[in-house]
Amino acid sequence: MTTTLVPQAAPAPPRAGVWRRLRHSPGAMAGLVIVVLFVAVALAAPLLAPYSPVASPDLSQIRPDHIPGFSAEHLLGLDQNGRDELSRLIYGARSSLLIGLVSTLVGALIGIVLGGLAGAFGGWVDAAVTRFVDIMLALPGLLFAIGIAAVLGKTTFSIMIAIAVVTVPAFTRLLRGAMLAERERDYVLAATSLGLRRSAVILRHVLPNSLSPVLVQATLTLATAIIDAAALAFLGLGGDDPSTPEWGRMLADAQDTLTVAPRLAFLPCVAIILVALGFTLLGESLREALDPKGRR
Amino acid sequence: MNDPAPTNDTATTNDTEPMDDATSMNDDAEPMSGAAPANDLPLLSATGVQVHFPIKRGVLIDRTVGHVKAVDGVDLEVRQGETLGVVGESGCGKSTLGRALLRLVEPTAGRVEFDGTDVTALDRSGLRRLRPRMQMIFQDPMASLDPRQSVGAALAEPIRAHGLAEGRAGRERRVRELLDAVGLPASAAGRFPHEFSGGQRQRVGIARALALSPDLVIADEPVSALDVSVQAQVVNLLVDLQRELGLTYVVIAHDLAVVRHMSDRVAVMYLGGVVEQGPSEEICREPLHPYTKALLSAVPVADPDVETVRERIILRGDLPSPADPPAGCRFHTRCPFARPDVCATERPVLREVTPGRTVACHFTETINGGESTK
Amino acid sequence: MTAEMLLSVEDLRVTFSGKGRPDAVAVDGVSFTVGAGESVALVGESGCGKSVTSLAVMGLLPPRGARAEGRVLFEGRDLLRMPESERRSVRGNQLAMVFQDPMTALNPLVPVGVQIAEVLERHRGLRARAARVEAAGLLTEVGIPDAARRAKAYPHQLSGGMRQRVLIAIALACRPRLLIADEPTTALDVTVQAQILELLRERVRDSGTALVMISHDLGVVAGLCDAVHVMYAGRIVESGPCRAVFHDPRHHYTAGLLASIPRLDSDRSQPLRPIPGTAANLLPWDTGCAFAPRCTHKVDTCLSGPPPAEPTTDDHLFRCVNPVSSGGRP
Repeated sequence: MTTTLVPQAAPAPPRAGVWRRLRHSPGAMAGLVIVVLFVAVALAAPLLAPYSPVASPDLSQIRPDHIPGFSAEHLLGLDQNGRDELSRLIYGARSSLLIGLVSTLVGALIGIVLGGLAGAFGGWVDAAVTRFVDIMLALPGLLFAIGIAAVLGKTTFSIMIAIAVVTVPAFTRLLRGAMLAERERDYVLAATSLGLRRSAVILRHVLPNSLSPVLVQATLTLATAIIDAAALAFLGLGGDDPSTPEWGRMLADAQDTLTVAPRLAFLPCVAIILVALGFTLLGESLREALDPKGRR
Repeated sequence: MNDPAPTNDTATTNDTEPMDDATSMNDDAEPMSGAAPANDLPLLSATGVQVHFPIKRGVLIDRTVGHVKAVDGVDLEVRQGETLGVVGESGCGKSTLGRALLRLVEPTAGRVEFDGTDVTALDRSGLRRLRPRMQMIFQDPMASLDPRQSVGAALAEPIRAHGLAEGRAGRERRVRELLDAVGLPASAAGRFPHEFSGGQRQRVGIARALALSPDLVIADEPVSALDVSVQAQVVNLLVDLQRELGLTYVVIAHDLAVVRHMSDRVAVMYLGGVVEQGPSEEICREPLHPYTKALLSAVPVADPDVETVRERIILRGDLPSPADPPAGCRFHTRCPFARPDVCATERPVLREVTPGRTVACHFTETINGGESTK
Repeated sequence: MTAEMLLSVEDLRVTFSGKGRPDAVAVDGVSFTVGAGESVALVGESGCGKSVTSLAVMGLLPPRGARAEGRVLFEGRDLLRMPESERRSVRGNQLAMVFQDPMTALNPLVPVGVQIAEVLERHRGLRARAARVEAAGLLTEVGIPDAARRAKAYPHQLSGGMRQRVLIAIALACRPRLLIADEPTTALDVTVQAQILELLRERVRDSGTALVMISHDLGVVAGLCDAVHVMYAGRIVESGPCRAVFHDPRHHYTAGLLASIPRLDSDRSQPLRPIPGTAANLLPWDTGCAFAPRCTHKVDTCLSGPPPAEPTTDDHLFRCVNPVSSGGRP
């Protein structure tokens, strides 16, 4: 193993190292930029959108064979109900962010609790959790979502629950695996030998060191959650108010006018892909940056 | 070193334990770390300690198909203030033994007694309360320090958990004391493990082991992971600390020269059992067990004149698997003196051949009386 | 010293560069020679550059990020300037290496016999079956019993000592003229180490192979090598015949290292004599002696420039302006 011979200051702590690696990775930076833009657009929607997404200014312009396209007043044209497409896209970001965030957070939380219990206690607790997760994995996600919608009604809430539930197994397994591995490490043994309570050892030592893979997974899950939300809305499960813009819904509605105004399908599609790509790039780069083996 | 303070603190923790004559409060005794037994009972004694790890196989349900006999019946004694060295190569079980003595790994059989208390019988909270008196220094300080915890936090945590200092200021002062005792600057408290060199990290590990003012410290390969020029520094530090704080050590290592330097008595382990025990000087000068002889002859000496002329006992074959140790004497498959009949059938027990020296061999007298080898 | 050296390393310099990091000089002007059949040791602690030196000689430095300068003459040809294809035909053939960790140096998915056969097929043009027969023969030569059966084993099925023997078999398969052993026994238990060192000693003696032994363990080197080069911070600070360096060390690092090792015959009541400081506090060689911050016999001249190499009698060189006074047993 070589070490630098030039006298150096002490190396920076692990977190700064992660930052530096992320800064140098083009994928991470691209992903970060997209994600930040997405969140900014979603939060600042009222300020950014030129028009209201639900008011329909000009039904007069809509005809079966022509929907006004790109123009100076309406940059991305109108949709089939005469509403400004750009504003709908911008507000659509809100719904996507909301659904994506909430379902990922709920899924992660449940997964962390289950995985944490399994990892902390082992034994029959672990066996029970693992069987439960196996059962969840056996359920096809889509049918499950439809089932939830049937019970809870076709609302955004049902979509969030459905997506959250489907993400739980991944989080559970990740945290459980990481914790079971960390528990064998010497520093955990050392903490025990110091006479710390078992709860303190788990909560203050094992858990914080096991969360990296969960963080990576959360980022990646956000990406798929947004796609899943769009898919479920496309299938008509996210009822609520049909006029509230949501990218998947917009995609579904654009089917009717596909030949007349293909951009109405194209634009929400691009938006979904771009945002999912951003989160995925960020997540993968985060995984590489956090991987201790990657550090030379 | 401020000895009186640690004594009182340890005494306080002892209050909550089942009382024992040997541990009657020494608050008013001379400044000495821990409550030393007044009589000459050993501080630590192990009887018949076994650690067998089950080997599980199975498709649907895990069945136990065998056991890895990491520690297979060990008896040991350590007196207050002395250093016992435990030496052996990989697979001999010495690290597992060290952990079993502290019940960091559960012994599957046998009994460990610390200062009159049966450690193996304690319940979890009793064990937790006893732990401050018996601490461990781990081999790889990078792995044994939580990478997310600053050195100061790592040292303060046990102090806080056992209530051994007055508030934050008290803890910080104790942390500074500990860092000073191991030769690290006070500024080290704010840094993280990876910012230090190997030798410095090991010093942090030592400081942590001393944080609770233990009576017994088990050092598991304390210098193996360090550079040669740093090993000597850490060895000297450990020896100094023992003298200053009146500690009792169990030093586990594979480097015979280091063990000899630090220990009063040495136990040599092979494949889960102790094969020879006695004063370190004598064992190194005149080993009695064939394995010890081979071990000593294998240690390289940094002197070309010695190396070119010395006679080596080269062992045959490889180490048997601890999951399937040989019948009879565990060493007989590689022993240059093995006899065909009894060595393969009967396992020798540790018996005293001269006062203070025990050997587990059927033919010690003949082998060392200059009789024939195989 | 014969006129034509088997291996002649001249002023080797290896620099590592990485993104966003300053260049690191791992080897800073190392020169040594190995004659045919000679056993030479490079000793030093971690970070001194001995492993990088061996990698540079073998041409195994990473192609990007590492730069090697100087000359490495093997049988008169400069290995550093050679095209990779030519180097490949030398490597494993006349010049072979044994690595430290047999578990990572062997392919876990391929039986060991095949891994040996591979070398034979590549360099000696043997056909598969002949190569495998020869491989079994080599396994017996390195002391593995029941070689034909063992040849079919995978690395993880063998013990550490046996794996190392396999590595040695691979290295010796083509009867190299020079064998480089990089910490071959560091990962092994001491009794297994004795076995492996005995094996190396035998094979080297019987086949007249030259040996470059790299180790941090002075004891291992003492019994094996004719000449020793002590490295510190990328440079050789002392070199000479084994006995001269061990009995009459002139550089304070060598002397300090020898003095700090606990020996089985030393006085237990005396504390050990460590070298103060750590390898992290050192100066770059061009400003002064890199060892000066830790040296107990430092003088002003030590910090004014790199210490030149001072020869004594018969090839005992050292880089020190204030050396240990000679007087040990010659």
